[in-house]
Amino acid sequence: MSTITLRVFRGDHTGGEFRDYEVETAPGMVVLDAIHAIQKEQDPSLACRWNCKAAKCGSCSGEVNGKPKLLCKARIDELPNDQPIVVTPIKTFPVIRDLVSDVSWNYDVAKQIEPLKLADEGSTEPLRMQQIDIDRIQEFRKCIECFLCQDVCHVLRDGDRQDLFFGPRHMVRFAALEMHPLDTADRRPLLKETAGIGTCNITKCCTEVCPEHIHITDNAIIPLKERVADLYFDPIQRLFRRR
Amino acid sequence: MSNYETFEYDVLVIGAGGAGLRAVIGAVEKGCKVGVVTKSLLGKAHTVMAEGGAAAALANYDTEDGWKVHFRDTMRGGKFLNNWRTVEIFAKEAPERILELERYGAVFDRTPEGLISQRAFGGHKYRRLAHVGDRTGLELIRTLQDKAVSLGFDCHMETTLTRLLTDDGRVVGAFGYRRVDGQYVVFRAKAIVLATGGFGRMYKFTSNSWESTGDGVGMAFDAGAELQDMEMVQFHPTGMIWPPGMRGILVTEGVRGDGGVLKNGKGDRFMFDHVPDFFRDETADTPEEAARWVDDKRNNRRPPELLPRDVVARAIFKEVGANRGSEHGGAYLDISHKGADYIKKKLPSMYDQFLHLGDVDITKQPMEVYPTIHYAMGGIAADPDTCATSLPGLYAAGEVAAGLHGANRLGGNSLTDILVFGRRAGEAAGEFASGNAHGTVPAEQIEQETDILMRPLSGGDGVSPYEIQTELQEAMQKGAMIARTEESLNEALAKVIELQGKLNDIRVPGDTRFNPGWNAARDARFMLTSSEVLIRSALERKESRGGHWRLDFPEEDAFWSKHNIIAKLEGDLLKLEPRPVPQIPSELEEILKD
Repeated sequence: MSTITLRVFRGDHTGGEFRDYEVETAPGMVVLDAIHAIQKEQDPSLACRWNCKAAKCGSCSGEVNGKPKLLCKARIDELPNDQPIVVTPIKTFPVIRDLVSDVSWNYDVAKQIEPLKLADEGSTEPLRMQQIDIDRIQEFRKCIECFLCQDVCHVLRDGDRQDLFFGPRHMVRFAALEMHPLDTADRRPLLKETAGIGTCNITKCCTEVCPEHIHITDNAIIPLKERVADLYFDPIQRLFRRR
Repeated sequence: MSNYETFEYDVLVIGAGGAGLRAVIGAVEKGCKVGVVTKSLLGKAHTVMAEGGAAAALANYDTEDGWKVHFRDTMRGGKFLNNWRTVEIFAKEAPERILELERYGAVFDRTPEGLISQRAFGGHKYRRLAHVGDRTGLELIRTLQDKAVSLGFDCHMETTLTRLLTDDGRVVGAFGYRRVDGQYVVFRAKAIVLATGGFGRMYKFTSNSWESTGDGVGMAFDAGAELQDMEMVQFHPTGMIWPPGMRGILVTEGVRGDGGVLKNGKGDRFMFDHVPDFFRDETADTPEEAARWVDDKRNNRRPPELLPRDVVARAIFKEVGANRGSEHGGAYLDISHKGADYIKKKLPSMYDQFLHLGDVDITKQPMEVYPTIHYAMGGIAADPDTCATSLPGLYAAGEVAAGLHGANRLGGNSLTDILVFGRRAGEAAGEFASGNAHGTVPAEQIEQETDILMRPLSGGDGVSPYEIQTELQEAMQKGAMIARTEESLNEALAKVIELQGKLNDIRVPGDTRFNPGWNAARDARFMLTSSEVLIRSALERKESRGGHWRLDFPEEDAFWSKHNIIAKLEGDLLKLEPRPVPQIPSELEEILKD
């Protein structure tokens, strides 16, 4: 039985330190298994979020050797074994304790997005939609709200400009609604103004970290940018627009 | 006097899975001010783990389907221990709840006509499960979450409630702590909906997350509510076995619904040898017929792999016991013959899960599976129409409630359960709240509870809560798993009682701020309570039925076929009593004969 060293951040928003823990490895082990082993055998007070342990709920987001990952999907045997595995909380949001960050901002932002609006509201008739017309929004609805995309977004992470941009997670939500075949709401003004889609400079970092492999930049953000551009910047449309 | 924050609501919903969120919508639509408490972040509840679909007789493919067939299938699957009225409401209302969900924004897979596609599943006569690939639960919870948020409610995330507050028998509030900062919180409410899910964490190999510690059942029991059929838990036939860290994680029944077959270590397709007479007429006799069924469901009978879950789980258990197990002591589940394109389209999350976490490419290789604890059919006794419990002001919906599933739940019925009864519980609680004022919060109950909560932080050496948890899980796995005997159950019970004696000796380091060890200390009490009731009920039911298999009483029993087991706290004593299953009206009984 071999062992590995986990170097885990312990602390809160006021500061903290890294502590090393030796953990016995097992076949197929993931970083979350190692965190659980520490809680069970060494320090029950080590704080970490998790739920499903099968990459379906998006609770256990963290950074492993500096890379945003779901801890339940981060295989130990895919990491370098000659150095400690560094585990830190996601950086973009304030740390509550150890590996747990305060992601509540995301839930506040979500409240501002208008939900699905059907033309025949109040009816109870079954909806008619063809599979081919919903394939693209089903991709967006795979989102598990792990907020790893929010964690790597340059506007949110490096610029710290949560006042300017809702971030990739919410662009995906916008896309699922705007491209719904039966939706009648227009969220483009919100996208342009408060949600700040113009601040995204399409570096695709969000797409790279998405554990659900959603093509966030190509399939959600760029088409939304085009819709906003059509409304506000199309010179021909501008001629016909009154306001 | 303890220091705590107080919140006031007309209706408090405890639990933010599908049942809780649907209850929120129901109560808000009744004009109530609603608060929700969840142990996790919003949208992370166990509902996301549901994969296969939500059963409703929409009859989009099979026009012969209707509520009566769904009623029949659910009663038969539950071995008639179900409350007929609960099942009737369920089967009748299921289609409208699914269609309503679509109007909230759920995007189900479609039929060629553009309607909701439906998948075949174990125990359902027709294709009945509305689904989104193999991530239907995520679709449900996100849809309900967005809908509830758009209506407006207060969400208290990462907050654990540990005691229901009662005033002269009526539930008037709840008490607990915020996990983030350890702050004690009191919720005053005119009515409370419990939607806390199950208690499968008491077993070693489980498909349940850390949350499923039986808090809802435990709090209701402590407050004097009646529990029902607690011995009835479901072992899902196909949990992962390998690697060790993934043991118990669910493999959706959709694999079998979409053509996957089970084989033992010798390569035999053993399910043909395990077909009970009760289901023989509707099950294929040969692999040829079973294979044809996948593409032509009208003219062929279903494969034996799609028998109800209790039957399949027992079959795997028996094969392994007869030394015909797979490499790591389970069975092989193989769908590779359907081809990579089909599998990636129908089962994308299973493909991903096995490839990245299990080193198995399911488009080329079989999966290895073994039964894993999955679901609690038993729980809090609830009225079929209103979800009212035996305590005034307290309602229960979803997995925490008992009555719908009887002795065995059919796959796909739980996602619909949470919609149908989440709504009914929310609306009934809302009506109760409109007719009743706030009660008085009893200070002495809060004092007692803070004493219990603070004890693990009182310093000195003691027992680790994880040690209690591990020992309990070992004992339950050994004594109260699929195959039970009086002896095995008594051994598990002795362990539970021994561990209960250690509860006051639990000590953890740190303070009350986001401290999993401290949280686990309180959870252990609930786990032991639900374990004790489960075992005592299982000892009482001297027969085999559905999820409850007694090796020492292998047959069904005439008396127990007509009785539920009710468990209740009287003073400090746990009282069990058999209670007659409500008599089914003759017109519904006719349906069962088909």
